[in-house]
Amino acid sequence: MSRWLTLIILSAMIMPLWAQSSPNLGAVPGAEFLSQWSTSIDPWGNGLPEGSGNAIKGRPTYLAKCAACHGLQGEGLINDRLVGGHATLQDARAIKTVGSYWPYATTLYDYIRRAMPYNSPHTLTNDETYDLTAFILFMNGIISEDQQINQANLPDIIMPNKNNFFSNEFELP
Amino acid sequence: MYMPSKQYKLPREEYVAGNGLLHRRTFLTSSIAFFSVASSSLVPNKLIGQENYPVSMLLPGAPLSGYGLRSKFESHVQRYVGTTAGTTGAGSSRTPLEKLSGIITPNGLHFERHHSGIPDIDPEQHQLLIHGLVDRPLVFDINTLLKYPMVSRTQYIECSGNSRPNLASTAPDLNCGQIHGMISCCEWTGIPISVLLQEAGIKSNAKWVLAEGADAAAMTRSIPLSKAMDDTMIALFQNGEALRPENGYPIRVILPGYEGNISVKWLRRLMLSDTPIMTKDETSKYTDLQKDGRSEIFTLEMGVKSVITSPSGGQFMQHRGIYEIKGLAWSGTSKIKRVDVSADGGLTWAEAMLSNPILSKSLTQFRLPWDWNGQHAIIMSRAIDEDGNAQPTRDAFIDEKGLQVNYHNNIIQSWEVSSQGEITNTYV
Repeated sequence: MSRWLTLIILSAMIMPLWAQSSPNLGAVPGAEFLSQWSTSIDPWGNGLPEGSGNAIKGRPTYLAKCAACHGLQGEGLINDRLVGGHATLQDARAIKTVGSYWPYATTLYDYIRRAMPYNSPHTLTNDETYDLTAFILFMNGIISEDQQINQANLPDIIMPNKNNFFSNEFELP
Repeated sequence: MYMPSKQYKLPREEYVAGNGLLHRRTFLTSSIAFFSVASSSLVPNKLIGQENYPVSMLLPGAPLSGYGLRSKFESHVQRYVGTTAGTTGAGSSRTPLEKLSGIITPNGLHFERHHSGIPDIDPEQHQLLIHGLVDRPLVFDINTLLKYPMVSRTQYIECSGNSRPNLASTAPDLNCGQIHGMISCCEWTGIPISVLLQEAGIKSNAKWVLAEGADAAAMTRSIPLSKAMDDTMIALFQNGEALRPENGYPIRVILPGYEGNISVKWLRRLMLSDTPIMTKDETSKYTDLQKDGRSEIFTLEMGVKSVITSPSGGQFMQHRGIYEIKGLAWSGTSKIKRVDVSADGGLTWAEAMLSNPILSKSLTQFRLPWDWNGQHAIIMSRAIDEDGNAQPTRDAFIDEKGLQVNYHNNIIQSWEVSSQGEITNTYV
């Protein structure tokens, strides 16, 4: 037997072993599973669900479900302040709020949807989440009280502090 | 019992830096004994029982047990718990570093930082999804993951908010664990995350991996794909046993040397993407506010750092004489190369002895003998890693980053020793 033939036969024996060196035990999820689990929203709005809302509708929901921790006007109570603090980021006591600090409105929707209200996350409808997002943006003077927000226009809202984030190491969106 | 230090008559050349610091090998070559802080006097136990044996030798002891607990005499060693107002499960608890020894943190004392409590997860119901920019999404259950070849690594996890109390303008009256205890170190065992990502097939434009937890905060953080493919693992075991619920049971991510928050606990989902997702915790939190009002984002690597755990704040030195200064050092990028210790507020420094093992992105112990003369002293340690990074002085840190930065405080810690032997947190 030629050396070449030996090599080919040996290779044929070894190659499948390489291919199998990773256990490959994962299952392939179905489309419905994937869609249910795809619950993050990026700055371009990918992942935002259908629906819409405004601050007028958001106010009563906010008072009922958010004000106990964040204050009647988002001034902060037992948990984070949400409103104000604009132009304080160079002060000795910077006030970081959604309005003064957060770079993306899409992040606000994502966070409310995944974690709020604190004691009962995943109980708000998509429209209620748009309403609350709108109300917090309105309290910060970023949108008007009657502006309707939805999956198409939420990514277009420019947050006041957006351009003040930088990285020396990573490319940012 | 008072024992003056002069009885040791140490050779003059053993003193290598100001205010009584001794050469790191002194204790190897001398027969000197150390004082321990807050020790009791060395009176022999009174022997009781008819044969003059201790009680423990007069009756059979406790029965065997399925899961062991520590001695009841150690029950005072507890994490320092701070809970967010209006919640029971959000907040942090800190490791009592000054009461432990060695580089491994016991599982029950590993620090905690939760954003909405500790979930009670049945591993039979738990799943991990890998999707996004992959050739084929995959889902795993825990029993499947347990069949994978695993690796074990001893790594620390440090919250980037660790040591925040010392970013206050005046030094708070807190002890070592209360200030610095958001660091712990364990042997973690699990699956290199690269193995699972490669099985799913990484698309060429993928650069980030979003990790999501199965807690009520649904914690999400974006991980650079390069780090994921380097030394990141999905851990299932902590110091030899399954992860504790407060450390991510049944599975969590471990990113060695990165800020703790990104090592997402209770992992349920990994999504590959071409950009970071810019989640709430990587934008509104865990970003470093600069003096000019801008914020640096994705400051993921932790700095080089050390702290003297003994003698340290809240402890008490009863006698003048020889003590062993002990502490921990670590770096987010490499191994610890050297630790220097000062007993005169940073005027002079002596090189400490490092104890093996010295591992990358792990805790390293250091020690140095000190002949305390009973006078006021300020003791400090500064670590230098193999990449040449050195721990900054307070002035250098404030000059470069400012106190408003809120995260990544690796300022040299100073402990003030009064002439009465009381030890408190101080700034130099």
